[in-house]
Amino acid sequence: MSATTIPPTALPPPPGTRVDYLNANYGWTSWLFTTDHKRIALLYLVSITLFFFVGGALAVLMRIHLIDPQGALVQPETYNKLFTMHGIIMIFFFLIPSIPAVFGNFLVPMMIGARDLAFPRLNLLSWYVYMTGGMFTMYSVIHGGVDTGWTFYTPYSSTYANSQVIPVALGVFVTGFSSILTGLNFIVTIHKMRAPGMTWFRTPLFLWSIYATSIIMVLGTPVLAITIFLLGLERLFHVGIFTPALGGDPLLFQHLFWFYSHPAVYIMILPAMGVISEIIPCFARKRIFGYKVIAFSSVAIAVLSFLVWGHHMFVTGQSIYAGLVFSALSFMVAIPSSIKVFNWTATLYKGSISYDAPMLYALGFIGLFTMGGLTGLFLASLSTDVQLNGTYFIVAHFHYIMVGGAVMGYLGAMHYWWPKISGRLYPEGWARLAAAVIFFGFNLTFFPQFMLGYLGMPRRYAFYPAEFQFLNVMSSAGASILGVGYLIPLIYFFWSMRYGPVAGPNPWGATGLEWRTPSPPPTDNFERTPIVTEEPYGYAKQEAGLV
Amino acid sequence: MLQGIPIHPEQASTIAREVDLLHYVLTAITLFFTTVIFLIIFYFMVRYRRRSPDERPLPIDNSLPLEVAWTLIPTLICVAIFLWSSSLYFVNAKAPDGAIEIFVTGRQWMWKVQHPEGMREINELHVPLGRPVKLTMTSEDVIHDFFIPAFRIKKDVLPGRYTSLWFTATQTGKFHLFCAQYCGAFHAGMGGWVVVMEQSDYDRWLNGEASGETMESAGQGLFQERGCANCHVADGSGRGPSLVGIFGRPVHLVSGAAATANEAYLRQAILTPSIVSIPGYTQLMQSYQGQLSEEQILDLIAYIHSLREEGKP
Amino acid sequence: MRNRRPALSEAYAPVSPVKEQMAHLLAHQFEDLEQQHETDTLGIWVFLVTEIMFFGGMFAAYTIYRSLYPVAFEAGSRALNVRLGAINTMVLLSSSFTMAMAVRSAQTARRKALTLFLVLTMLLGVLFLGIKGIEYHGEYFDRVVPSLNFAPQGEVLQRFTTGGLGRAELFMCFYFFMTGLHALHMIIGLSLLLVVLLRARCGVFSSQYYAPVEVMGLYWHFVDIIWIFLFPLLYLVGGRY
Repeated sequence: MSATTIPPTALPPPPGTRVDYLNANYGWTSWLFTTDHKRIALLYLVSITLFFFVGGALAVLMRIHLIDPQGALVQPETYNKLFTMHGIIMIFFFLIPSIPAVFGNFLVPMMIGARDLAFPRLNLLSWYVYMTGGMFTMYSVIHGGVDTGWTFYTPYSSTYANSQVIPVALGVFVTGFSSILTGLNFIVTIHKMRAPGMTWFRTPLFLWSIYATSIIMVLGTPVLAITIFLLGLERLFHVGIFTPALGGDPLLFQHLFWFYSHPAVYIMILPAMGVISEIIPCFARKRIFGYKVIAFSSVAIAVLSFLVWGHHMFVTGQSIYAGLVFSALSFMVAIPSSIKVFNWTATLYKGSISYDAPMLYALGFIGLFTMGGLTGLFLASLSTDVQLNGTYFIVAHFHYIMVGGAVMGYLGAMHYWWPKISGRLYPEGWARLAAAVIFFGFNLTFFPQFMLGYLGMPRRYAFYPAEFQFLNVMSSAGASILGVGYLIPLIYFFWSMRYGPVAGPNPWGATGLEWRTPSPPPTDNFERTPIVTEEPYGYAKQEAGLV
Repeated sequence: MLQGIPIHPEQASTIAREVDLLHYVLTAITLFFTTVIFLIIFYFMVRYRRRSPDERPLPIDNSLPLEVAWTLIPTLICVAIFLWSSSLYFVNAKAPDGAIEIFVTGRQWMWKVQHPEGMREINELHVPLGRPVKLTMTSEDVIHDFFIPAFRIKKDVLPGRYTSLWFTATQTGKFHLFCAQYCGAFHAGMGGWVVVMEQSDYDRWLNGEASGETMESAGQGLFQERGCANCHVADGSGRGPSLVGIFGRPVHLVSGAAATANEAYLRQAILTPSIVSIPGYTQLMQSYQGQLSEEQILDLIAYIHSLREEGKP
Repeated sequence: MRNRRPALSEAYAPVSPVKEQMAHLLAHQFEDLEQQHETDTLGIWVFLVTEIMFFGGMFAAYTIYRSLYPVAFEAGSRALNVRLGAINTMVLLSSSFTMAMAVRSAQTARRKALTLFLVLTMLLGVLFLGIKGIEYHGEYFDRVVPSLNFAPQGEVLQRFTTGGLGRAELFMCFYFFMTGLHALHMIIGLSLLLVVLLRARCGVFSSQYYAPVEVMGLYWHFVDIIWIFLFPLLYLVGGRY
């Protein structure tokens, strides 16, 4: 954006006098009844961090338990509740909201030059709906938990389980609407509220990925809602929608469930890919390679994601022709993701690369996502999936993508946009150390699980044959390191809010409308609606000194 | 433990080697691409590290030939893997004719095995070496999964229907059997052993002391005492159709649909007869829902299977 | 991209007096009322798409079971009161007509007509729910309510048993769940109509600002369309005409 269209009032006023979104009002009510998208993003940030550490604590307990083949810590029934609650909390209350609800909410209006989202009050309602769902789920945790697995397969969950299925199902059902409303808000905002001159192909790639994610949220989540609704009705009224004795079909539940839950994994990864597409150009100081290809690949992933759910059901006895179709489509959905990886790598070519923490997370993402994505091919391939389904190979595969991928992307985003959000810089040395600890701990935790899976150790086992112990102990050792790694950023982000150096509007020298505002930004983001005349990622044309 | 960490389970079935080969090719592809990407990134990071704060790299930001290349090559690799894997899958989908049939019923948290010759087992499956074995399986309660890592086979076991898998064992010995679909509290304990024996040992074991009556004869007993024989008279003179020679034959239902009288159909006919009514007969048969266990149903099916017309194979 | 982008010179143009009167109706994140209207309309359309997916899951489950158990589903359908169902269909179609008239009245700034049509729409909606209640009562009386008192008698029992009693009960499950979910949406719609009605009576709507009425209309038409699909699938499958 050329300097002539930004009025001089955007320059930072003297310190101590500037009003920003953080100090515009004080008091509980100004936060709990806010309609400012940036404050709502912070409300989400606090809640998902809490849920992340609850889910993480459950994981720590699980890994300690699995040090011993007989189970070191808890009874099998309790272990079953641990892995179920870990899955539910991490997926529905951390991963799915994470980047969209925190960074999407904070950045989407700023990236398109708007003052707020299309429906600010709906945005606040989204957060309350999410918290209500979370409360139902926490109620269940306190009152004995649920032990069906996060996948709630029938007839176990509808007829046989003796645990708190209904409160958790209610929690997931309610939280789904938070997803739907957020996605709706983003779609409408991106269509209708872009600043003058901001054509689709001038928007940052993070926006494309949020848009694709929102499409999935809006189309897929209602199907989960109705599935959970039917499951709840079946359990409450003892009717037979998924119960064979009454003519019901337990596989129908699986089809309906996976119709959402497979696209859901793309809800979890697409925003992280968008984050990487922002970080790499900034820290290589180079325009992203293949902008349009990456943009279209996001949309392609969103579309294809709805066509592959059957690969979760290859061993259920379904028709081999159905298996063929789903296998072929599952291979196809891998292609757009691999294209992105190549484009990101090509962006680094002849760039000017700095090793700040966001970049370290982004590069870690590329490596780990590549591994996780390629292990997906083992599962798209019918013959190997027969051997690997239901084993630790699956556990390793999805953790590589969701933790090695999505969580690294989330942490990259935290470090990249923290100066904008808080007005402070985090300590770079500690950040790099934490990134290294997380990377190492992660691989030590999950790589042995690929091997355990192929050797035949099934998942969701509270105890296991002694021959699998060595790899399990390795994995648990890694988990302890990973846990420490996650605590370090928690500490220094808090520290930086008080003691971190003040960040200017654009500490990274990045392009993008959000960096044209002060850090932290004022409530209305821009004094005047900007007018966009340039392509995104204009690093080559950036004049030295224009910060 | 320090001798070396095993990479794969024993290769104890006819398909194990090729599945392992496919797995290793995929592993090689994964490691290759991951390493290549890692190395390139590492190289770029070092070679193109920022040396001065005023650097402005050239905007090299697209290349159609590159995009085409790195779209086509992964696609071709995927197509190759898909074709190989699917053809292997097709081969393994249908049991060869003449396979030994064994019946498995899963329930929380044990496996019950019925051999047609009469042996019954719990959490163990004895099979002969070198002969195809077909397992027909059902569950009494929730979904389970029958998994034998050494044979590279796995299939979900569902309530209300039959699923099947087959294998040919190529090594004698004991191999793990696991339940691989979470089924409740003792899911981890729902395992056992598959014991592969030489043919002669297997024959001896089949006729051992623990052997009870054959499934056919148990089925025949049930057929008499539960009243089936009253209506399903062999010469067709009863109120119900004769069941001689019916197994595997096509059936035309009152609703117009066509079916095959296989295990699934017979099970349905026993439990919900009104749904599988055939023309020419008034629907009078009572439902046996809740009165027969899954194993008893399998016994009856074995008996019906054995009913042949005089002189026909 | 919106159709009307301000030219560079217009971007900082002063606000006209007419527009100032409407300023309190313009939310702060929008540039003008037209953008607000377009955004609200796109918002409700996206929401309706999510509702289609929501009901769609149930329709899909219904379709699968209907194709598996055609006889049982036809038997179940014949246990329903097709006459009342048909009357309800007419009631709902009429209410969509009055709703469309209400939107037109808002567009042409005829406040009395707007109020009248909104009231008529609400009355028809309440009538629909009343008739539905009568139907539910009848089904309770016939003892075909799953889980509550599923013990059909006489001819109904005979017909149900032909296709399988359990599967006929499955049909009744779908009947109650689908019409129940639809009725819930009707109740929500009636509450929203009340809100719109109260705002209309205060004279809030005009030819420049009537988006809430249009949004309400779209939601109401959608609830109507769901019923248009429910009626034949649930009531007409048994075929006795």
